[in-house]
Amino acid sequence: MFQGLPIRPEQASTIAKGVDHLYYFLTAVDLFFTAVIFLTIFYFAIRYRRRSKDEKATQIEGSLPLEIAWSVVPLVLTVVMFLWGSSLYIRNSRPPEASTEIFVIGKQWMWQLQHPEGRREINELHVPLGRPVKLTMTSEDVIHDFFIPSFRVKKDVVPGRYSTIWFEATKTGSFHFFCAQYCGTNHSLMRGEVIVMKPDDYERWLSGGVQAQTMAGAGAALYERFACITCHGTGKGPPFVNLYASTVKLSTGEAVVVDDAYLRESILYPSAKIVAGYPPIMPTFKGQITEEELLELISYIKSLKTEERQTAK
Amino acid sequence: MATAALEPEIDTRVHYLNVNYGIRSWLLTTDHKRIALLYLASITVFFFVGGAAAVLMRLNLIEPQGLLLQPETYNKLFSMHGIMMVFFFMIPSIPAVLGNFLVPMMVGARDLAFPKLNLLSWYVFMLGGLFELYAIFAGGVDSGWTFYTPLSTTYLNTHVMAAALGVFIAGFASILTGLNFIVTIHKMRAPGLTWFRMPLFLWAIYATSIIMVLGTPVVAITLVLVALERAFHVGVFDPALGGDPILFQHLFWFYSHPAVYIMILPSMGVVSELITCFSRKRIFGYSFIAFSSVAIAVISFLVWGHHMFVSGQSVYAGLVFSALSFAVAIPSAIKVFNWTATMYKGSVSYDAPMLYAMGFIGLFTMGGLTGLFLASLATDVHLHDTYFVIAHFHYIMVGGAVMGYLGGIHFWWPKISGRLYPDGWARFAALVIFIGFNLTFFPQFMLGYLGMPRRYPIYPQEFQVMNVMSSAGASILGVGYLIPLVYLIWSMRYGPVAGPNPWGAKGLEWQTPSPPPTENFERTPTVTEEAYAYGNAAQEAHVG
Amino acid sequence: MADSHAALAEQFDDVEQQHDAASLGMWLFLATEVMFFGGLFASYTIFRSRYDLAFIEGSHHLNVTLGSINTVILLASSFTMALAVRSAQLGRRRTLIVFLLATIVLGLAFLGIKLSGEYYRDWIEGTVPGLHWSYQSPRAPQVELFMCFYFFMTALHATHMIVGFGIMAVLIIMAARGQISAERCNPVEMAGLYWHFVDIIWIFLFPLLYLVGGRY
Repeated sequence: MFQGLPIRPEQASTIAKGVDHLYYFLTAVDLFFTAVIFLTIFYFAIRYRRRSKDEKATQIEGSLPLEIAWSVVPLVLTVVMFLWGSSLYIRNSRPPEASTEIFVIGKQWMWQLQHPEGRREINELHVPLGRPVKLTMTSEDVIHDFFIPSFRVKKDVVPGRYSTIWFEATKTGSFHFFCAQYCGTNHSLMRGEVIVMKPDDYERWLSGGVQAQTMAGAGAALYERFACITCHGTGKGPPFVNLYASTVKLSTGEAVVVDDAYLRESILYPSAKIVAGYPPIMPTFKGQITEEELLELISYIKSLKTEERQTAK
Repeated sequence: MATAALEPEIDTRVHYLNVNYGIRSWLLTTDHKRIALLYLASITVFFFVGGAAAVLMRLNLIEPQGLLLQPETYNKLFSMHGIMMVFFFMIPSIPAVLGNFLVPMMVGARDLAFPKLNLLSWYVFMLGGLFELYAIFAGGVDSGWTFYTPLSTTYLNTHVMAAALGVFIAGFASILTGLNFIVTIHKMRAPGLTWFRMPLFLWAIYATSIIMVLGTPVVAITLVLVALERAFHVGVFDPALGGDPILFQHLFWFYSHPAVYIMILPSMGVVSELITCFSRKRIFGYSFIAFSSVAIAVISFLVWGHHMFVSGQSVYAGLVFSALSFAVAIPSAIKVFNWTATMYKGSVSYDAPMLYAMGFIGLFTMGGLTGLFLASLATDVHLHDTYFVIAHFHYIMVGGAVMGYLGGIHFWWPKISGRLYPDGWARFAALVIFIGFNLTFFPQFMLGYLGMPRRYPIYPQEFQVMNVMSSAGASILGVGYLIPLVYLIWSMRYGPVAGPNPWGAKGLEWQTPSPPPTENFERTPTVTEEAYAYGNAAQEAHVG
Repeated sequence: MADSHAALAEQFDDVEQQHDAASLGMWLFLATEVMFFGGLFASYTIFRSRYDLAFIEGSHHLNVTLGSINTVILLASSFTMALAVRSAQLGRRRTLIVFLLATIVLGLAFLGIKLSGEYYRDWIEGTVPGLHWSYQSPRAPQVELFMCFYFFMTALHATHMIVGFGIMAVLIIMAARGQISAERCNPVEMAGLYWHFVDIIWIFLFPLLYLVGGRY
């Protein structure tokens, strides 16, 4: 906009413009009322300045119509702001179905980003242009926060649970991301770049680099190492095929959807939720499995789909 | 006004300052006026400690890589700045200084309901301050004033416990003060002083006291839990040990959001007093302002989740807190319009207190409206934990509350000290503060929207220009704060002797001599007129 | 404390105003105490609903017999406290002192049972969170969380009881010096309010901690 006086970061995601429009509206309202008040006070202070030592003022009790007016007008304005902000927020809170998934682990004081296809990055995030990307994030120690100003997205990254955000980049290029929840000494160094590439370039980048295992492949190795098949392949525990995104009934009668958080909890705190019809004999793997390995194992479980489910995706 | 002579004028009356001398008479006093001055001295010291931290921080931020501090030192400085300013300056400021001095006088009483409890509250406050100063000088604490877990409970090896306990102890001072005010206002009003004849300053103090009494205990128990977790390695807030870090945030903000209203409501009360006196008018919409104060206090307890929109709360919780956060803005808006309307057809003078009051109204309006950006969910996602938030709350706390505090100090200074200060210097300082303040904090709104996160000693190059602007403004603001310190202290000995009512103000406190005698009133006054009855001809004596 | 002959403090206009002010002050103080404990109760409730099985397991570990005895003792102490207040209102100095002493003795019995029968037992068995924890079970971390709350809440309650002893000791001294009379019984009434509050907190703590998940 103005040369040398930046008002806003680049608009590099599908939601950026919408957020900016709301911001401009709020700014306009703020500046308008600030000006009204400042100028009115300024005007009254001059127009009604004390001209003699014993000058008397005109006493006015109040005015009900005015009180109502300046209660209702702000009320209407705030309702408009609330509805506008909320609707944008609700729309932005649910990631589209076919999002590219990337996994993020924050720890003092760096970011580890893992693509399911295998590539792993530190403090850098390659994403495809024009496709929705969902980040599933957790922390290994304290609360961090993943903030991409140019995309107008931000979410706390909390230890012990998964948090998710999604975005769809609309420009290629390199955009800052920051840790935005104070996390100790090098909090301000915990940042990096989101690198948006055209889809073909992205695919090429994905298959390039050191030939790493896919996350699901690494997860399969973990499945073997922890011998999950002992129960989950013999009927002593719920089978994994087509498990992800299905709904299971618990021993308490409750029905829950199997998502990343559910799988993580089941591995670390198996006694928290028992699937109906199965004995509560699963041991915990807390302390034996890292956050990274958890994500790999969960990727593996997600990948276990029969033919029909595969094509449906 | 007589020019300030170099020979100090001697006042031969007996009043609360000279009724007895010696350190014991001050440290063992139960006179609310002396206790107010004890608080004034302590919080001024704490203000400059917190201010020194800010100076160093803004100096460091001139360079993107940090001008002179290691990140760990910077982190300790912003933590101490927050803790000192919030708990040891802003929260006590108006209630413990102006409230303690004025509440008994404004209700027509000889003292507060519980004078000994009042003295105890100052000692408790100082004990908390001592813990805090220990934390600073023993090496500092770098948890932020918000003590988020599990960082503060498990991962920091600085003096978190001392700092948390210091705040915990100081919180009790807050509770005792609030309790004293509520009982005094309920039970000790002079004959004829009905609720709706009270000066609005009392309504503001009353609403503030409700928050102090009900909210502070929650942060107290939360900080105790943090200290216990650190001491015994247990995990109420640490997920690695089975606890919940978000629970800490809920408990912390349940108090800390109402706390910001503890910090602003008394200032609003002061502004009501200043606008009326210096426009020589009754307040426009008395009952609207009174009810707005109470409404703000009540609603303030229902909005804490707006600090946690990106923490992992559900969307539904977010919607509820967002709606309520917009609601709490309405009573404040009503007050701003009423104050402005009070000046209409008034007789306006430009004494320093009035300059502070007018500055307050403008800056509070601007800062308060920026709160709406944060109440609105979609924009808050972008702005949370950026410099926008810092600018927002400094506009309200500094541009609003501190200016209200300074305006009140200047207004009641003749009553407190019996002396007048040099008005030229006072107006000059007010102007310097106003300009320095805006130069410091306005660029921070823009930095925030551009994406600069808060609590960053090292930042990307492209943010430098505005950081330098902000730091330049801060140097002006710092000078502005030093000026009143000098002339107010000077005036205590060399300022011209003030009469009982140099401003021609209404209010029971102005019916007493300056400084007042220890017992305030020879006989309990009877109140026969409304608050701010400026229309009546010539001051009638109300005493007896 | 105030001079034995002056019933009226200087800042008040009459005894009734002083009495009203003291009462309002005490009720406000109790409101702050509700909020203080409230933070703990709220946190407890959240974890209880999240880890219900672990909390049942933790609760079963507590000694319901001793807890019940303690509840009765504390209720009795509230009774003796009420009798003390009544004695003060009737100006009966001797019975006032006797009932205050009885309240203290019952309170000390409560603490004695708690310390020797429960806390000490937990120490020996290794169920003191952080300090001495050797409890094994699939749900051990959450059971430790339960025990955290158990210790925090009962210890905080015990601290309030000890403060109560101090207040009652002061009242006993005042009574012995003749500073309490039928006209000046307000301090005892205020102390009574405080002690009843301490009792009520226990009435909430006992089922919340000891009677989780049904048993026996």
